Amino acid sequence: MTASANQSIAHQPLSHLDWLESEAIYILREVAGQCSNPVLLFSGGKDSLCILRLAEKAFRPGKFPFPLLHIDTGHNYKEVIDFRDQRAAEIGERLIVRSVEDSIQRGTVVLKSEEESRNKHQSVTLLEAIEEFGFDCCIGGARRDEEKARAKERIMSFRDEFGQWDPKNQRPELWDLYNARSHKGENIRAFPISNWTEMDVWQYIERENLALPSIYFAHQRDVVIRGDSIVPVNVPLVTGGVANPVKAGEEIVNLQVRFRTVGDISCTAPVISDADTLAKIVIETATSTITERGATRLDDQTSDASMEQRKKEGYF
Amino acid sequence: MSNATTQHNDSLLRFMTCGSVDDGKSTLIGRLLFDTKTILADTLNQMSRTSKKRGMEAVDLSLLTDGLQAEREQGITIDVAYRYFSTGTRKYIIADAPGHEQYTRNMVTAASTANLAIILIDARRGVLTQTRRHSYLAHLVGIQHIVVAINKMDLVNYDQATYDKICTDYLAFANDIGFAQARDIRFIPLSALAGDMLVDRLDNMPWYTGETLLEILESAPPAHTEGDEEFRFPVQFVCRPHASADADLHDFRGFMGRIESGEISVGDAVTVLPNGYQSKVKAIQLGETQLQHAQTEQSITLLLEDEIDTSRGDMIVKTGSTIAPVKQIEAFVCWLSETPLTTARTYIVRHTTRESKAKVGNIQYKVDVNTLEQQVTTDLKMNDIARISFKLAQPLMVDSYASNRATGAFIIIDESTNNTVGAGMII
Repeated sequence: MTASANQSIAHQPLSHLDWLESEAIYILREVAGQCSNPVLLFSGGKDSLCILRLAEKAFRPGKFPFPLLHIDTGHNYKEVIDFRDQRAAEIGERLIVRSVEDSIQRGTVVLKSEEESRNKHQSVTLLEAIEEFGFDCCIGGARRDEEKARAKERIMSFRDEFGQWDPKNQRPELWDLYNARSHKGENIRAFPISNWTEMDVWQYIERENLALPSIYFAHQRDVVIRGDSIVPVNVPLVTGGVANPVKAGEEIVNLQVRFRTVGDISCTAPVISDADTLAKIVIETATSTITERGATRLDDQTSDASMEQRKKEGYF
Repeated sequence: MSNATTQHNDSLLRFMTCGSVDDGKSTLIGRLLFDTKTILADTLNQMSRTSKKRGMEAVDLSLLTDGLQAEREQGITIDVAYRYFSTGTRKYIIADAPGHEQYTRNMVTAASTANLAIILIDARRGVLTQTRRHSYLAHLVGIQHIVVAINKMDLVNYDQATYDKICTDYLAFANDIGFAQARDIRFIPLSALAGDMLVDRLDNMPWYTGETLLEILESAPPAHTEGDEEFRFPVQFVCRPHASADADLHDFRGFMGRIESGEISVGDAVTVLPNGYQSKVKAIQLGETQLQHAQTEQSITLLLEDEIDTSRGDMIVKTGSTIAPVKQIEAFVCWLSETPLTTARTYIVRHTTRESKAKVGNIQYKVDVNTLEQQVTTDLKMNDIARISFKLAQPLMVDSYASNRATGAFIIIDESTNNTVGAGMII
C-alpha cells in the first residue's frame, strides 16, 4: 500500500452532542485504564443518568470496570431513590449506598440542628466510603457551567488525603492527556461531562430517550413560598417521617412544578412549569431566564464563594 | 476560513482568548456571552450587586470571568477558566487564560485544546511585547486560526488610521517570526465595552466592512476538517467479557479508544504498533450501533479478524502507514512546575495512552518568549520553553506535532509527586 492510500479526505465535523459524547466516553475509558479502583457516583439524578448511559456506550458488552456509589443524605425524594435502585438493577451493575445518617450515628457528622441541611455533610460520608473501599477515583457528573468555581476545575481533579481541592495548586491539564495518578490515600475526581451545559444534558437525554425520575416532569405539589424560593413541604421520606415540615403561619399552595436539579430535599427547590415531556423541557431550558443553580439550589446563594468553599472541604 | 459563508451547523468550536485584564479580555468574553443571551437574569443580578458594592455604575461584564476567591481578592486571573455559549448553529468552548508572563504555562494549557485564538490588542497601546509573546505561544502550540482583535476602539475615536497602523505593525512582526504565511490571520476592530463588532455591528465604524467577531467564529473550521491526516487509534482499554453469561461473548475482544485522526472502514488492513502485528478490521461499534466507517474524534470499539495480543498503550494504524516506534524524541517543552527540571532525574512521559520512563538528553536552547531569542541554558524553570531531546525506555509511536497534534504531544510527569510538570511538542 502506498502512503497516499493512507491519506483521507477532510472530515465533516461531528455534531456537538456527538463530540461531547465521544469526549465523555474517552474520559471514562481513561479512568478505567489509569485507575485501579474507581467508582461512579450515581444519585439517580439527570446528570448521573447521562453518565450511566455514557458508561454503557464506553464499556458494553463488558461489565462496568467500577461499581456505583450513592451518598444518601436520607433526605432525598423517594421517587429518585426508587428510580436509582430500579436503574441499577436494570443495568446489572453493583450499587453501593452509604448514608449520612450512619455518619451521624458514628459521630463523624454533627448537625447544628435537626433542620440543618445535610447536603454539605455528604462530603464526610463520601470520604468515609472512599477510605472504606480504597477508591482511587470517583467519577462525578459535575459540569463547569454550573458555577464559577467549577469553571476552573480540571477534568481529572486531584484531591489530597483529606479529600481537599486546592484551587491554586491544580495539576496542569493539556490536550486530552489526563493524569489520573495518585498515591495511596489520595484520590482523583473525574468529570466526564465537564464541558456539557444544562442544555446539552437535556438534549442528550432527549436524543437517547433516557428514562428519568418523575419529579423532573411537571406535576402538582404542595409548596410554600419562602423568600424568593418555592419550597416543597411535608415531603415524605424513604425512612419515614417528613422533610421540610410546614412552619406555623405558612400557607400551603398546590402548584404545577418540576425540578431542574435534584438533590437533598432541604436545598433543592422546584420551578413552576408545565413541561411534562422531554421535548417541552428542552424548549423550557432554551428559553429560561435563570440558571439551573440560581433557580433551585438554596445552598449556593449564601455567598460568591460558597461552592468553592465546599469543594475545598472535599465536596464533589 | 477561505469560504466566509460556510456555516458549520451544530458543530463545536474551541477557541482561546489571549490578553490581560487591561486589554479588556474579561469584558470581551462577558460581552460575547451577554450578547448571545448566555448570561441569565440571576447571574446578571449577582454581577450587578457586586458591581455596585465595588462602586461601579454599570454592570461590570468582566465579573463573569473572575472565579476563584484569590482571584477576586487580587483582581487578576490566575488559572484557565472554561466558558460556554451557543448560538443555535454552533456550540463554543472558550478557554480563558491569564496573559501575564508568569502565566505562560496557563496560556500553553489553554492553547492546547483550541483551534482558534483571539489575540487582544489595546488600540491605544498597539503591538506590545505581550502581543508577541501571545502570538508566539499560539504559534508554538499549533493554533491555525488567529484573530487579532484591536479593542478599545471607542477610546481612539474609532479611528481607522490607528487600526490600520496596528495591523501593519502586527503583520511585520508576524512575518519576522515566520508565521504570517503558515497561519490564517484576521484583523478586527472592536469595542468590547460598547459592543461594537462583537455580535452586533453597531454604526461607529462604517469603514470596517469585514465580518463581526461572531461571524468569524461561526465560519471558522473546527479541528480536523482542513487537512489530510493518517489514521491513528491509540488503544485505551481492552474489553474481554469472557466471564459473561452470554457464551457468544466469550471470544469477544474489543479494542476501545478514540480515533485521534483519520478514518477507518470495516475490511481495512491494520497494523498494531509497536509489535507490528497485522490484521483486518472485522467490525466497528459505537455503543450498540455497528458502523461500516468511523472518523476522527469518534470513540469506538474495533474488532479485528485475528486474535492479536494487544493492550492499552498500543496504537492501531493502517498497514503501510509511515509511523514507526522510536526511542528518542526531540521536542519543544514548556516547563510547568515550580520545581525546575533536573537533567539527572528520570521522568515519565505520557504520550497518547502510553507511558515511558524518559531521561533528558540535551537542552539545546531555551526561547525568550518576549524577544524569541535562543539562549544557551542548562536548567529549565517554570514557564521556560526549550528545545530538548529525550531518551525513552519504551518505544513511542509519534508524529511531528506540526502534522498531528494528538500524536505529536506529550506530558511529563514527576513520579515522586505524580504532578504534571512539563508539556512537550515533538519536532
